[in-house]
Amino acid sequence: MSKLATYRRSPIALIVLLFLGLTFTGTAYAALQPTAPADAYSASNASEDVDDVEEGRKLFLANCASCHGKNAEGNGTAGPSLAGVGAAAVDFQVGTGRMPLAAPGVQAPANPNQVNFSQQEIDQLAAFVASLGPGPDVPDEEYTDLENADIANGGMIFRTNCAMCHNSSAQGGALTRGKFAPDLMGVEPSHMYSAMLTGPQSMPVFNDATITPQEKENVIAFIVNIEEGGNSFGGHDLGSIGPAGDAVFIWTIGIGLLIGAAVWLGRKAA
Amino acid sequence: MSEDQIAVHDPHAKPATYVEPEAADRFENPGLPPHRPRRADVDDDAAKRAERQVTTLFGLSILGTLGFIVAYFLVDPELRASVLVIGYVNLYHVILGLTLAMSLLGIGLGAVHWAKTIMPDTEVVEERHLQASDEEARNEAAGVLSQGYRSAQLHRRPMLLLTAGGALGLFALPLALQVAGGLGPLPGDALEHTVWRKGMRLMIDPSGTPITPEMVSQGSVIHVLPEGFVGESSHGEDGPSALEIMEAKANSSVLLVRLNPEQIKSQKQRDWGVDGIVAYSKICTHVGCPVALYERQTHHLLCPCHQSTFDMTDDCKVIFGPAKRPLPQLPITVEDGYLVAVDDFAEPIGPSYWERG
Repeated sequence: MSKLATYRRSPIALIVLLFLGLTFTGTAYAALQPTAPADAYSASNASEDVDDVEEGRKLFLANCASCHGKNAEGNGTAGPSLAGVGAAAVDFQVGTGRMPLAAPGVQAPANPNQVNFSQQEIDQLAAFVASLGPGPDVPDEEYTDLENADIANGGMIFRTNCAMCHNSSAQGGALTRGKFAPDLMGVEPSHMYSAMLTGPQSMPVFNDATITPQEKENVIAFIVNIEEGGNSFGGHDLGSIGPAGDAVFIWTIGIGLLIGAAVWLGRKAA
Repeated sequence: MSEDQIAVHDPHAKPATYVEPEAADRFENPGLPPHRPRRADVDDDAAKRAERQVTTLFGLSILGTLGFIVAYFLVDPELRASVLVIGYVNLYHVILGLTLAMSLLGIGLGAVHWAKTIMPDTEVVEERHLQASDEEARNEAAGVLSQGYRSAQLHRRPMLLLTAGGALGLFALPLALQVAGGLGPLPGDALEHTVWRKGMRLMIDPSGTPITPEMVSQGSVIHVLPEGFVGESSHGEDGPSALEIMEAKANSSVLLVRLNPEQIKSQKQRDWGVDGIVAYSKICTHVGCPVALYERQTHHLLCPCHQSTFDMTDDCKVIFGPAKRPLPQLPITVEDGYLVAVDDFAEPIGPSYWERG
C-alpha cells in the first residue's frame, strides 16, 4: 500500500489509470453490448406479406430511421427518401453491408463482414420499403442462376456500359473526389443484378428496357467467367488494372533483371 | 601536311608542332592491367567443374526444347490449375512459356559461362593497318579513272554528264512524292460532320433497339449509336461497310441521360432535349477518348483518360481537367414515339484540329 502511495502522484500514474479505465470500459462494453437485433426478430415466423411489412417496419425504425426518417421520408443530407427505391435496392444495400452506413463518407463501401441481418430480415426490410411506393423488385432467380447465359453477349454489353468505370476485367476503378466503382469479383449475382436495376450511389440505372433481364444475366455470367479464370491465359494478371500495372512490373522487375544481366556480362571472370 | 608525315605510321609519333602540355606530366599511360589467370586456367579441377556447369546448362536447354515439343502435343490446351505465386491460370501456356524459357536461357547462360570461364581471356592487341594506300597504287587508280573519263568522251561532251546527273537526281523525286502523297488527301469538311441526320433514330449500343422516352428512366444512362450503324439494321446488302461502322462508332457515339428539367441550367440544353432527356457526344474534346463515366448523383461526366470532367446539368461545360470545350449536344425530338435526331451536331465533335483552332 505504502509502495503504491509513493507512486500515486507520478505523471505515469495518470497514464496507467487512463489505460486501465479505457481497457475496462471497452471490455465491459464488448461483453455487455446488445447483440444485433437479429435474434430478437429472427424468431418471428412471418410468412404473410402484412407481417413482413410490419416486421420490416420495426427493423427499419431500429436500424435505419435515424438517417432516413421515421417514415423513410428522407432527412436532408443525412439520408435520402426511400419511397420508390424498391425491394431490389434494400436487398443490394443491406445485403452487401453498405447499409446501415458504418461511417459517413463520400461513398458507402461494401462491407461483407458487417451484414448484421439474416436474409429473412433483409426480405422483411425490403417488403416494408417496397410498401412505400412502387419500385424494382428483387431479381427473379431465373435471371441470376446463369443458366443459358450468353457470355460473349454479356462481354459486349459490359464493355459498352460498365467497363469505363468498373475496368474491362471488372476490377473496379476510380471516380471523382474519392468515389470509386468497386471491384466486382466475388459479388453475388443477385446483388449485381439489383445494382444494375437500381443504380446505387454514383452508378447509373440500367432498367429492364435498356438492358433486358436476359442481357443482365449475360453480363453477370461474363463477370463470373472472369472470376473463374476465364480470362487468364497464362502468366500473372498483375492485378488486371491495365497498362499501369504492367508498366510498373516491366520498369522495376524487367529492367532490373536486364541491368543485372548486363553487369554480369561485363564483369571479368578472373 | 606533307606526304611523308602521312606515310609514317607510328601511334606514338608526335606532329612537329605538338607541344607537350605540362599537365600531362602528372599522368602516365597506365597501359593494360597485369593479366590475372582465372581459377579454371590454373586449376584443372576448376576447369572440369566449369565444363560440367556449361554442359549442364546446355543439357537443360535441350531438355527444355524437348519438353516444349512434348507439352505442345500432350498437354490439353484447356487445362487449368493453380500455380504458385501466379494463381489460377491456363496451364498449357504456362508450361509452354517455362519450357521455352528454359531452352533459351540454357543456351544463353551456357554460352556466357563458357566464354567467361574456359575460353581464353588474355588481352590481345591487334594493330590497325594503314588506312591510306601507297603512292604507287593511288597513282594507278587515278590513272584508271582518268582513262575511263576520257574514253567515255566526257571531257569533250560535258552535256552527257550534266543530263545524266539531272536524270538520276530527278529520279529521287517520285520516291519523295509517294511519301508526301501517302499523308493522304486533306480532310476537307469531314471533321465537321458525323453520320447523324435529321430523323435518324437513336439506337441502344450494342443491341440496336430504338428508344422511346419512357425507356429512359431518371438516373439511367444509355450508350447510343445512330440507326443503321448498330445491331440488325447495320447488316444486309445496303448496310454500311465495316469501315463505315467503325467510323460511326468513333465519331457518332452519343450518351443519353434523363435529367430533372428543373436542374438543367441552360435553356438551349432544355430546348434541344425531350423533357429533360438530353444527348451529348461521347467523344472527349481533349483527345477524343470516350467520355462515359457518368456519376448519376453529381451529374458529372468523367473522361477516363485524363480526368476531364463535364457538368451534364450545365450544357456539359468543362469543370475540371485538360479539355477546353464543352461536349457538343445532339438535338433530339420524338417522332412516331421514338427518339430521333433533329440534325447533326451543330459543331465539330472531338478534339481540336488545325483548321478549327
